[in-house]
Amino acid sequence: MRDETLLDTLKRRGISRRGFLKFCATTASMLALPPAMAAEVAAALGKVRRPAVIWLSFQECTGCTESLTRAHSPSIESLIFDAISLDYHHTLQAASGHAAEEAREHSMKQDWGNYLLLVDGSIPLKDDGVYSTIAGISNLQMLKDAAAGAAAIVSVGTCAAYGGLPHANPNPTGAVSVSEIIKDKPIINVPGCPPIPAVLTGVLAHYLTFGAIPDLDDLGRPKAFFGESIHDRCYRRPFYDQGKFAKTFDDEGARNGWCLFELGCKGPTTHNACATTKWNGGTSWPVQSGHGCLGCSEPDFWDGGSFYKALSTPISPVTGAAAAAVAIGAAAGVAIGLANRQTKAAAKAAHQKATIADLEK
Amino acid sequence: MNAMDLLLWSRGPGLGIAIGIFLFGMVLRLFEIYSLGRKRDLAPARTGGEGSGWRTMFTRSVPDRAQFKRSPVVFTTGYIFHIGFFIVLLFLLPHIELIRSISGLSWPALPTPVVDLIAVITLIALIVTLIYRIMDPVRRLLSTFGDYLAWTVTFLPVLTGYMAYHHLLFDYTLMLALHILSVELLLVVFPFTKLTHMVTLFISRWYNGEWFARKGVAS
Repeated sequence: MRDETLLDTLKRRGISRRGFLKFCATTASMLALPPAMAAEVAAALGKVRRPAVIWLSFQECTGCTESLTRAHSPSIESLIFDAISLDYHHTLQAASGHAAEEAREHSMKQDWGNYLLLVDGSIPLKDDGVYSTIAGISNLQMLKDAAAGAAAIVSVGTCAAYGGLPHANPNPTGAVSVSEIIKDKPIINVPGCPPIPAVLTGVLAHYLTFGAIPDLDDLGRPKAFFGESIHDRCYRRPFYDQGKFAKTFDDEGARNGWCLFELGCKGPTTHNACATTKWNGGTSWPVQSGHGCLGCSEPDFWDGGSFYKALSTPISPVTGAAAAAVAIGAAAGVAIGLANRQTKAAAKAAHQKATIADLEK
Repeated sequence: MNAMDLLLWSRGPGLGIAIGIFLFGMVLRLFEIYSLGRKRDLAPARTGGEGSGWRTMFTRSVPDRAQFKRSPVVFTTGYIFHIGFFIVLLFLLPHIELIRSISGLSWPALPTPVVDLIAVITLIALIVTLIYRIMDPVRRLLSTFGDYLAWTVTFLPVLTGYMAYHHLLFDYTLMLALHILSVELLLVVFPFTKLTHMVTLFISRWYNGEWFARKGVAS
């Protein structure tokens, strides 16, 4: 099985060559590669020999795994997952306890330097990382050990990429992202809460085809999927430009599908592929279902104020600071006013009248 | 610190600090001005001055024909950028949302492309005023650091807002953060530069008008 190529596996699963080529063409176009590259993607992917993948889950909710495995119908993306040699994954593997850990160690040893490490969840650093351990090993230690032999790391989901929900203020476990710990390996961030399945398979396909990580933006995300904002690709964008906004979730504007900016949509500052790739096999996506974007693929999206307040509003109340400033300003103003009056009075008191006699001196 | 951190800081603590300094400075200034007081006018007033004070606040906002002829550039660009600045400030939806979240007041927004056009006109008018100030020897001589500072902090919010909307130079997130920070810079320097004229202008006009009436001069 280990020597079987990806194309063999897919054929065995009843995927035609035509279906496989369609997937390759779609992936190539999603990655913004020239159409001619589709053939190359197909050739490279077809020859791939079940790459070893170790998937570590740290402080996470399993939402990322759910997103990537719970497609309504078996998609070619999920079959790609079947085609990689997923040697260790808490949720998906049959083995448990020490047997599971042995599988991980065995895989690491066998493919040292070549395996792909996928991580979801953030890593707690506070109190020596006691807040999350697996088989008595802290997340920090396990990540360091596994990263040492990895060819590349993919941070799956916002927690692994930027700390996510565990990192939210006040961050009780001292949670950090993978990239804050591992500095000497190529890391691809695939953020999202959860990330889009097609984006992850696209990134994996790119890596398997070219043997290198795709072009990344300054937050470590593949530019092909995270290069544009939700707002710029949103089908409701014309309503923003026309000044037509839904004011509540059940008013006429909401029924007409107008822009959700006033209801707190974070689309303008969020980079993801939801607006183009959509979810659940292209069925819909949050904005299409009538809810504003939460900005889940951006760092610290939990700390960006209410999900239901417009992007241009303050994230913390300013009235307290304003009242204090007015009071201090008034007090300082009165003090300066009194000082000015004293100066004036002193000048008046020191004033000497000049007489004709003085001038004649 | 990434762009999102900067944006969150500018929408949170940064805004609090800027509004705090702005209100502190403005209240301080107004108390200071008011406590200077006026000397008692011992002469009997010709007429009651208050109505004249209110009237002058409006009449002096209309350009005087003779003065307009002497420096048409200053008047034209001055009116354009003031009006343009306030339209952009008060009629772009995200700005209205900000005002609504703080004060509860709101009104209909203008379509974004209209505001966009007005922002461009405002920017051009501001640039012309700067060029005119630098080219004209008398205006250059009279200009101080404070004048250039006031121009810069007025220009930056319009420029960064325009650039953010059109995704120029930086990504929207970073540009939006810079836009909000530029407004915060405006708020911080506001009470300590000639920008205070936004408030004191009306006080001094009322004062002038009232004084005219007491002296029996038409306002």
